[in-house]
Amino acid sequence: MSGAPAAASAGARRLGPSAMLGLNLLAVAAGLAAWWGLTAAGAIGLPGPGDVALQALASARDGQLFGDAAASLARVLAGFLLGIALAVPVGFLMGWYAVARGLVEPYVQFFRVIPPLAIIPLAIVTLGIGEAPKVFVIFLAAFLSSVVATYQGVVGVDRTFIDAARVLGAGDFTIFRRVVVPASTPFIMVGVRIGLGSSWATVVAAELIAAQSGLGFRMQQAQLYYDLPTIFVSLVAIGVLGLAMDRGVVALDRRLTAWQERA
Amino acid sequence: MTARKIAPEVAPKIAFEAVSRDFAAPDGSRFTALDRFSLAVADGEFVTVVGPSGCGKSTAMAIAAGLTPPSGGRVLVDGRAVRGPGPDRGVIFQQYALFPWLTVRRNVEFGLEIAGRPRAERRAVADHFIDLVGLTPFAEALPKTLSGGMKQRCAIARAYAVNPAILLMDEPFGALDALTRVGLQDQLLDTWSRERRTVMFITHDVEEAVYLASRVVVMAARPGRLHSVIAVDLPYPRTEEMRLSSHFAALRNRVWRAVYHPDRPEEAPTC
Repeated sequence: MSGAPAAASAGARRLGPSAMLGLNLLAVAAGLAAWWGLTAAGAIGLPGPGDVALQALASARDGQLFGDAAASLARVLAGFLLGIALAVPVGFLMGWYAVARGLVEPYVQFFRVIPPLAIIPLAIVTLGIGEAPKVFVIFLAAFLSSVVATYQGVVGVDRTFIDAARVLGAGDFTIFRRVVVPASTPFIMVGVRIGLGSSWATVVAAELIAAQSGLGFRMQQAQLYYDLPTIFVSLVAIGVLGLAMDRGVVALDRRLTAWQERA
Repeated sequence: MTARKIAPEVAPKIAFEAVSRDFAAPDGSRFTALDRFSLAVADGEFVTVVGPSGCGKSTAMAIAAGLTPPSGGRVLVDGRAVRGPGPDRGVIFQQYALFPWLTVRRNVEFGLEIAGRPRAERRAVADHFIDLVGLTPFAEALPKTLSGGMKQRCAIARAYAVNPAILLMDEPFGALDALTRVGLQDQLLDTWSRERRTVMFITHDVEEAVYLASRVVVMAARPGRLHSVIAVDLPYPRTEEMRLSSHFAALRNRVWRAVYHPDRPEEAPTC
């Protein structure tokens, strides 16, 4: 879910930011209208925007929606933050020390191709049915997707920057702290963004399989009772929360890497 | 042409003593980038090094900077063998190598911070050199907002700030357009006349080599080696009038022939 950035890409015609926002809002309004039109005409057997909005209000009023969202968010944040906290130092070690790379890389490459959800049965058997297996699986998803980005960032630091620091008298530690860390920040932020996306994808799936709370669990329950409006409310909540977190990471990235020459 | 004799009681600032450098070629064979290169540069002298690509001029400079170890021979600075980079030798790279996440001022202060100098002193030194290269209005700007010429002026200020006795410049103006180059050449000479250092300046531009230097070191390729050293008997400060003089043209022609026809015996100078 690391979607395309909102900024106009190279191929897009230049539009002012307000014109772009206007088009975005227009598209959303048109989509809602089409949804409303199709369901009101009975063309598809799905709830319309009105039914979903009513259900959302009801769920919000009795607190269920916020409880579900909070449960999912808590798992994502716990797993994601743990994953990033480990991925950044491990990625740096892999990029800086060839020995560390040789030792860690086989594991990273192997576990990277296993979908984190495939670990759930094992995690439940070994970690029980509490929060631990879900947080662990999210941690794994976030870690694996951002460790590679960090490592690539460190390996890709322009040699000239390191030479420039050396001739100005910098030792290895200073080069690492003052050159390698800032120079690889853009790559790390890409990893953080990908990691957040896969954490969010993983939490919902994990809750569908094994949870007693959360947005995924709510959808799974609603499925049993053919409660389509509740499924829609959960889906929209997942989308809105995911989008909000992604925008947050993008804003942080813009702040941290404002020095970059952007096209 | 031989190097100008340096009086024995005056030790050279930089002495290359039969410096060689081999690299492993992709096919596993050895490739000689620099073959027994010897040169003495006097204190405060401005020498330029010119030659075709593959002549080892950048390799010679990287060895003097301590960024690349020699395979044979040694480089002496003030009589001591170079073993690594040091603040006595400032390096200016063709790609500027400014840290894009730091402002002009923080870039210029970088070496002083590493040396642990107090904040007030760092600021004063940085202000002085930023002013010397004419970047005072851009002191708080990020490199991405500067033109190529301004970036290179910032890099020159950064190298000067740590007060090196030697400036090693690797095709510093190579990426700039011809008009900007001429302006920066005058500015560099102006800076050098006010803050005199020993300069070794690498270029592939024959005219630039003659205009800046008191001696032009011509190198030849395959293997990279010293070809000849041509003295430029024009006084400093250099002027546009000198650049357009027939004497300058004759010097440029001599260097040109040495660079482009290294195997042809030198023709008699026409002036």
